[in-house]
Amino acid sequence: MKELKILGVVVVFTLILYWGVEPFAHSQMHKHVEGHDFKYPDLPALKVKGNAENGKALVAACVGCHSIKSQGMAAPMDAVTSAQTYGVNPPDLSNMGALLDEKFFAHFLLDPAKVTKSKHFAMPPSAGSEQDAADIVAYFKSIAPKEISPKEAYETACGRCHANRYDHWTQIGEVPKTKSNIKTGVDLDALAFKKKVGIYENKLADYMGKLPPDLSIIIRARSEQFLETFVEDPQSQLPGTAMPRVGLTKEGYEKVKAYLEKTGDPSKPKREELGPWVIGYFVLFAFLAFLWKKSIWKGHH
Amino acid sequence: MAHFDENARPFSHKWLNERLAVDTLKRVLSTEYWIPKNINFLWAMGMVLAATFGLLLISGIFLLMYYQPNTQLAFDSVNYTIMSEVGYGWLWRHIHGVGASVVFLIIYIHMFTGIYYGSYKRGRELIWLSGMLLFVLFSAEAFSGYMLPWGQMSYWAGMVITNLFSMGGLHLNGLVEWIRGDYVPGQAFLNRFFMLHVLLVPLAIIGVIVLHFGTLRIPHVNNQDGEEIDFEEAAELYKAGKIKESKVIPFNPVFLSKDVFVMGVYFVIFFYLVFYHFEFAMDPVNFDPANPLKTPTHIYPEWYFLWSYEVLRPFSTNIGLIAFAFAQVIFFLLPFLDRSPNVAPASRRGLFKYWFWALLIDMIILTFMGKLPPEGIWSTIGLVAALTFFGLWIALPIITSKEKKL
Repeated sequence: MKELKILGVVVVFTLILYWGVEPFAHSQMHKHVEGHDFKYPDLPALKVKGNAENGKALVAACVGCHSIKSQGMAAPMDAVTSAQTYGVNPPDLSNMGALLDEKFFAHFLLDPAKVTKSKHFAMPPSAGSEQDAADIVAYFKSIAPKEISPKEAYETACGRCHANRYDHWTQIGEVPKTKSNIKTGVDLDALAFKKKVGIYENKLADYMGKLPPDLSIIIRARSEQFLETFVEDPQSQLPGTAMPRVGLTKEGYEKVKAYLEKTGDPSKPKREELGPWVIGYFVLFAFLAFLWKKSIWKGHH
Repeated sequence: MAHFDENARPFSHKWLNERLAVDTLKRVLSTEYWIPKNINFLWAMGMVLAATFGLLLISGIFLLMYYQPNTQLAFDSVNYTIMSEVGYGWLWRHIHGVGASVVFLIIYIHMFTGIYYGSYKRGRELIWLSGMLLFVLFSAEAFSGYMLPWGQMSYWAGMVITNLFSMGGLHLNGLVEWIRGDYVPGQAFLNRFFMLHVLLVPLAIIGVIVLHFGTLRIPHVNNQDGEEIDFEEAAELYKAGKIKESKVIPFNPVFLSKDVFVMGVYFVIFFYLVFYHFEFAMDPVNFDPANPLKTPTHIYPEWYFLWSYEVLRPFSTNIGLIAFAFAQVIFFLLPFLDRSPNVAPASRRGLFKYWFWALLIDMIILTFMGKLPPEGIWSTIGLVAALTFFGLWIALPIITSKEKKL
């Protein structure tokens, strides 16, 4: 009985200690930002309904800069040349209808700089009226694939600014498989690719003010709450940041998060699989040790 | 020259006994190493610590096979190679990270158990001193290990802590550069902390653990009532079969059976933390690669250093450093600052009872404040707690010399 009381004292002090240095300290160190579930309440609801047919005609203006690969429309320039022209490579638009919030998307077309809250945004206003904007959005929704993989979501939403070296992703695409010269060990193709990435990154850094960080392990470097509210509205967590608001839907964000978990915390499924076995083993161990202790101590008290 | 039986079969019991005195060793270190019966589970913390050190050693050996002590490669060798390419690398890393944090919790429990029951007095001074030496060595081990992943917190904690050696107003910048091997933490710095972490400090720890066990053997461990036991008499009673009347038990198997049970329970909790709740031991800031151009918003040590960090922080540079030095050595002096002849639990020792709980609570408050940003009310509480810390140690010889003899 006395031992249990002593155990109680040890446990209580340990838990107080934990509370103070973990949840309490973190609640005081980081400002709390309320999320809005990717609903973008600062943007007014659309007053009109879009028409995909009309949208299709308007989209002809988009492909001057963007590709829509799913519709067989290639990009007018490669990624590096695009970055040299605009500062960043404009995204492929095939999956936009599936990832972006409809309301955000339409307002974005009307005034990209204002809606992204990014001080300098290469894309000019691209819809003449709310009706045009709604039509374009309707078109992209009509061509959007039903299912998008986490990786595709990352590529479209993040991947032109943020590399992910743990998944061999660069801002200009997957690191290609190349072969080195067997006599010298020199891999000219790999060096050429590295140079391209280098040129792109230099341009991107000039455009954004600094090189946007590699996101390989960001899932462990920031709290879940921070990532969610930051992606929803970067200015809310880091006022003045060059990162634009990208306008993902909640589902779109979940896809991006799944990808970041896969590259930054790949052991999660293995932990969950092995954990119960190891803990179960020690529960059994402790139980047998208890029986042993009881038999050894017989007659001692 | 000792007598060796020519006919003894090699490695037979007799053969070994003549060469190694295995029977005597077994008796002295195990079956007739007497432990008081009147103890509770807190007396198992020593074995729990030894087991945790064993886990750290084993997991460390596995991590060492893939870790790269190079400023360009270190971060990814830990976070990519070990975490996703090496089979069960993630498990070894989590055991190592959680173990490094939990070992300090157990050390503190072990220390405060010693303080509460007066286990540093009357012939047990060397147990306390060698234990404190282990605390310092474990601190060095933890700090050097924290440098190795070469994340933001590794880099900046390395910067801040090595800066302490400029000794404030003495401006010993040459000493700081000598320690770092460079003007700022870099390749030379990482290499030497790697050496310290995997060789020199563990060697010293193993040596001092042996010393710590050695210091226990003659005075024997204390008991729940601080009672002075005649171990020889009690041992005779035990050996005569009066195990109920005897006040002692042999280390093996009686004490050990309880230790093993406590360890079993401990491992259940330990592995729960390893699998499901390791964030407390792996600070998010250290998952950003070291960046000399970007200082993190908050720089703080791991939780087990926070109290001594907070003793330093509320003061100006020079006074802070003196305060910090005081906090590092003062626990060593405990056996000599406690002037009372009583060996008893704090609850029976008059004012010392209040001193004990005040020290514990004060150190917890210092720990909280050490992590919080030093602003407004937090700095004030930190200052008061730091001053209380000194006040308590200054008061200790006074209140203990006035203590009534029990």
